[in-house]
Amino acid sequence: MSASKQELKEFRVEVAAWMQDNKPADPGFLLPQTFMEVGDERQLEFLRNWQHKIWSAGYLGMAWPKEYGGCGMDAVYQSIADKEMRRLAVPICFNVIGLGWAGPLINHIGSEQQKSKYLKGILNAEDVWCQGFSEPDHGSDLGNAQTRAVRDGNEYVLNGQKIWTTMGNFAKYMILLARTNPEAPRKYDGLSFFLSPMHVPGIDTRPIRKLTGEFGFTETFFTDARIPADSIMGEEGQGWKIAMQTLQYERGAEAGAAGGQSMVRITVDDMIHQLDGVRRDGAPVLEDPVVRDQVVQAIMEEKALFLGDRRSHIGHLTTDYPGSLPLSHKLRGTEMTRRMRQLAINLQGAEGALYVGDDDARQGGFWQRAYLNSFSATIGGGTSQVQANIIAEHVLGLPK
Amino acid sequence: MSLIGNTTLSFTEEQAMLLDVAREFCRDKSPITAVRAQLESDCGFDQALWHEMVSLGWAGIALPESCGGSGLGVGALVPVVEAMGRAMLGTPLISNALAGQLLLRTAATDQAERLLPDIASGVTATLALLDNGDWGDDGIGLVLDDERVLRGLKKCVPDASVASVFVVSVSFKGSAALAIVRADQLGAGSLSPNTLIDQTKRAANVDFSGITVDDNNIIAAPAVAAALRDVRLLGALLVAAEATGSAAACLDTTVDYLKTRKQFGKLIGSYQALKHPTVDILTQVDSARSFIYHAATLVCDDALDTDAEIACRMAKAQACQTLLYAGDRAVQFHGGMGFTYDCDAQLYIRRAQWSQQQFGDVQHHRKQLARLLLD
Repeated sequence: MSASKQELKEFRVEVAAWMQDNKPADPGFLLPQTFMEVGDERQLEFLRNWQHKIWSAGYLGMAWPKEYGGCGMDAVYQSIADKEMRRLAVPICFNVIGLGWAGPLINHIGSEQQKSKYLKGILNAEDVWCQGFSEPDHGSDLGNAQTRAVRDGNEYVLNGQKIWTTMGNFAKYMILLARTNPEAPRKYDGLSFFLSPMHVPGIDTRPIRKLTGEFGFTETFFTDARIPADSIMGEEGQGWKIAMQTLQYERGAEAGAAGGQSMVRITVDDMIHQLDGVRRDGAPVLEDPVVRDQVVQAIMEEKALFLGDRRSHIGHLTTDYPGSLPLSHKLRGTEMTRRMRQLAINLQGAEGALYVGDDDARQGGFWQRAYLNSFSATIGGGTSQVQANIIAEHVLGLPK
Repeated sequence: MSLIGNTTLSFTEEQAMLLDVAREFCRDKSPITAVRAQLESDCGFDQALWHEMVSLGWAGIALPESCGGSGLGVGALVPVVEAMGRAMLGTPLISNALAGQLLLRTAATDQAERLLPDIASGVTATLALLDNGDWGDDGIGLVLDDERVLRGLKKCVPDASVASVFVVSVSFKGSAALAIVRADQLGAGSLSPNTLIDQTKRAANVDFSGITVDDNNIIAAPAVAAALRDVRLLGALLVAAEATGSAAACLDTTVDYLKTRKQFGKLIGSYQALKHPTVDILTQVDSARSFIYHAATLVCDDALDTDAEIACRMAKAQACQTLLYAGDRAVQFHGGMGFTYDCDAQLYIRRAQWSQQQFGDVQHHRKQLARLLLD
């Protein structure tokens, strides 16, 4: 039975009211805008409590089965809850690798035992998850991962190194892509996918200090680390396929993700609001004709992305290069974000040079930190330059 | 209220059919060789082809059925004009459609009944709006005096040499008004053709001095000033649609060359220095297409609201910026070949300069957008 429009409307009102009543007060320190910015214990504890609260209220994992901590409801409810969280800009649900990658995967192809063991801890934030895909020498070339997993009796023995492990130092589990067969004719066929425990001898993490001065990622070292053989998902050699499968859950609750917003959206409206009181050449900054033109361009850029999403659903208007809008979304969205944040700092006047920690910094240095952090998206998940190559080759058909 | 505001974008069955028909028609009837064959002709387009377009009903798409049109609204012109832009097909369609829109929005019933069916049936009409080079100047220099005699000239009147009817913006008793002038009223030598950078287009300076306009052909309603503003916005939208089509064709031309031309033993399309800007063109064309169909969704026969105004201006700013960039890079990326008249890149870079200067350039529209969005 699908819900009536009226029921959904009532649910939306209910969720919005709950979020407004329970939205945490300003903790007095900058909160992460994305799950890649959880740098210290106090941020972690804050976000852990917040996610637990949302889950306890029944607004997370709504479409996951009841027996594993979910609510067994239609995914449309979660989508509505997510939308309200975004709209009201509440703090993030930080356990993103669990909620959006590992969890849905376990839900879809995991064994009964795996479901019982992992799903609830993902939802209630007790078990933090991380992801071990990227390696130091193969940033954008995931298929070439070299970390080794060798079967030895009831165990796999891991050796190698991962990098850019988000919350690696806080995580209890990792989804891990490792090479079980170095002899496979295609590099992809030698990879396997694991749900690896992190707290075993031989797995060590070293926090990476980001350009913001904060932490959030680690390097992860595997030195003869032994993990149970049943940590593997699927069969040996299916790692690449399963890794690709995890990507599809990014589309949200309807695609299987547990829900919760993974990043606080920062819009051009936010950029303009932060300019209250800023003056340039003796007048409000938004009266400056050059600034106005730059701001209009930023608005157009953001609006074009929205409109592109609309247009992508109209077959007749996407015939030229059908893959163009979906394949360019990451490139455009992340580059837009980077430029907009840079502009936000440019427009602050002398205060633009202040950083987190200075009492006079606008919004506590929010924009400075946000700009520096924006590179995690223009670099991570395939750099903008690699994205441009992909579009050139797969959409325009240009030669490699 | 978010600055992004209205993001409606819909596309009707009729528009989809029009787009299919228009694309196929333009592809079949206006290959680039046919376009080139008209570059130095007097009127700039193939009359027989124009008559075929009229017989398809295109001249009346945006006019109501009561006036001999098909009543699809002005937004339905966007897919047609985009297809024409893609084929670099000139013809007076845009001029004709805009003259129809201006009359539709201002004329008294008897005037509309007399003039609009002719326009819907392809009697060529055009707008004479420009007193100087400044699209942002709302003042009107051409005067219709108390004796009903015109004094002054209009610049860059598109398709003037083939127009049978001119809808001329005039200052009459101190207010904005329109005078409808038939081509046979023009004196000898009053038409001075412009030499345009875009050889697929035609325009002329037209001296209307001394022409007497009878009362039947004067529209002095208070609505004229607002309608002139709206028709400039619609003009901006149609030019944007055309420019978007041209930019998409320009992109195809460049991509084809990058896939076939070899240098240093490699296809030049494999070099990232060429690849990445070409991807920029693609994403800009995507934005332009989104904006023009968004605007097409919001425009209507009534006065345009602020959302529609924002949409038209964004469409124009984005599309012209895109075509300027696409044309510029097309010439550069064709190397020595791109510097020749025979290379089609010249058609696009020239079209870009024309489109940019119709109904206000990129900077003009962004300045108006700043007023609409930030004040």
